[in-house]
Amino acid sequence: MTLLPYLVAVWVLCWGLYGIVTSRHLVHLVVCLGVAQAATYLLLVGVGYRNGAAAPIFAGLAPGTPVVDPVVQALALVDIVVEATVSALLLALAVQAQKRFGTVDPDELHSLRG
Amino acid sequence: MTALQIGALVLVGVGSPVVVLVRDPLRQAICFGALGTSLALLFFVFQAPDVALAELVVSAVGLPLILMLTLVKLGEIAAEEPEEEERE
Amino acid sequence: MSRSVRVGLFCGGALALATMLVLACVDLPGFGHYPGPYGDVIARTGVAARHATDLVTAVNFDYRAFDTLGEEFILFAAVLGVAIVLRDVRGESERARQEAAEEHAFGDASAALGAVGLCLVGPLVVLGIYIVTHGHLTPGGGFQGGLALAAAPLLAFLGGEYVAMKVVAPHALVEAGEAAGAAGFALIGLGGLVFAGVFFENFIGLGTPGKLLSAGTIPLSNVAVGIEVAGAFLLLWTEFSDQALLVRK
Repeated sequence: MTLLPYLVAVWVLCWGLYGIVTSRHLVHLVVCLGVAQAATYLLLVGVGYRNGAAAPIFAGLAPGTPVVDPVVQALALVDIVVEATVSALLLALAVQAQKRFGTVDPDELHSLRG
Repeated sequence: MTALQIGALVLVGVGSPVVVLVRDPLRQAICFGALGTSLALLFFVFQAPDVALAELVVSAVGLPLILMLTLVKLGEIAAEEPEEEERE
Repeated sequence: MSRSVRVGLFCGGALALATMLVLACVDLPGFGHYPGPYGDVIARTGVAARHATDLVTAVNFDYRAFDTLGEEFILFAAVLGVAIVLRDVRGESERARQEAAEEHAFGDASAALGAVGLCLVGPLVVLGIYIVTHGHLTPGGGFQGGLALAAAPLLAFLGGEYVAMKVVAPHALVEAGEAAGAAGFALIGLGGLVFAGVFFENFIGLGTPGKLLSAGTIPLSNVAVGIEVAGAFLLLWTEFSDQALLVRK
């Protein structure tokens, strides 16, 4: 039971990778990439958790109360921002692919035509 | 581990295969919004409210909107091409 | 390589990857037994050192502000990339569309959607500003509040008022806002270099923890990042949607 969050993270990562490999639509692929990235947030936030501790916001807490790790939460926050921007750029490239090659099926975009 | 944390983990663990196995991109965008909300709930019960807020605004508000716009635009470009071929 | 061969190869590889990851996770400290030390150091000294009660925002905008600068520039560059790619795509049909579409509206807006959307625009703007400015006190910050602020003109759009959205968030203003936010954040870092000798060093008085004007440059960084993120998201929306949701009247 102490390993459950890490195992769920591995499970989600494998499903995200499966979606990317077997995708037939570039937009579906971008969402599966988002699912794979969700596994990393889960792992980061799970590593920093401490039993019985509070959130690292001292607005109403006495100094010295045990809190969970704020550093990994800051890393997860940056991770989420980067996911959003990368997904937006990939979606713009999908639109470009439709315009240039007439298809958004990754299986048909196999050759780099000039 | 509290029951709430286990429940949130199970929700995310069940939601991820659902999002991957839904093949229609429009339906998948809605499912991804639901997965993002359950992830935000998970971060909340893991005592990470900042991360939960960020996950909520990105995956439940930002990404589904951009995804749906992309799908509309892809549909438009696909519909335009027969017109261009007729003109030529 | 045919599709089924590819999927079979993937399943073999994924099994090996999953096995290695599970073996690695067994060696991690168990869930709930975080051993430290960095989190404990920041939890003990963060409030006294930076006078900010939200330690995650303090880590993002003070201890590791340089990483946040890189993250904001990633956001800026990605939106720039989207703008370049999509303007090239849009170029050909621009002229044909310009004459046809005079009235812009979200054509399928029911009266209920319009009413609820327009009622919620004001509270959403207030909520966004609250989240941005109180980032150093309570959960929130520039990034979360910026996206909430960006959603407000979109609510106006959903309410069937595309023209109103273009008045509130015109293209030039959105672009200028995004650039100003990114530049503002970099200038705060340079201010640290100029006034305190170290890039991103705090150069404003720290104030009392718990008050709105405390934690030095963190509220300023939050505002700059909030403006940049709101501008970036609105720019993304307009790049993707220009001409995509028109109703020809």
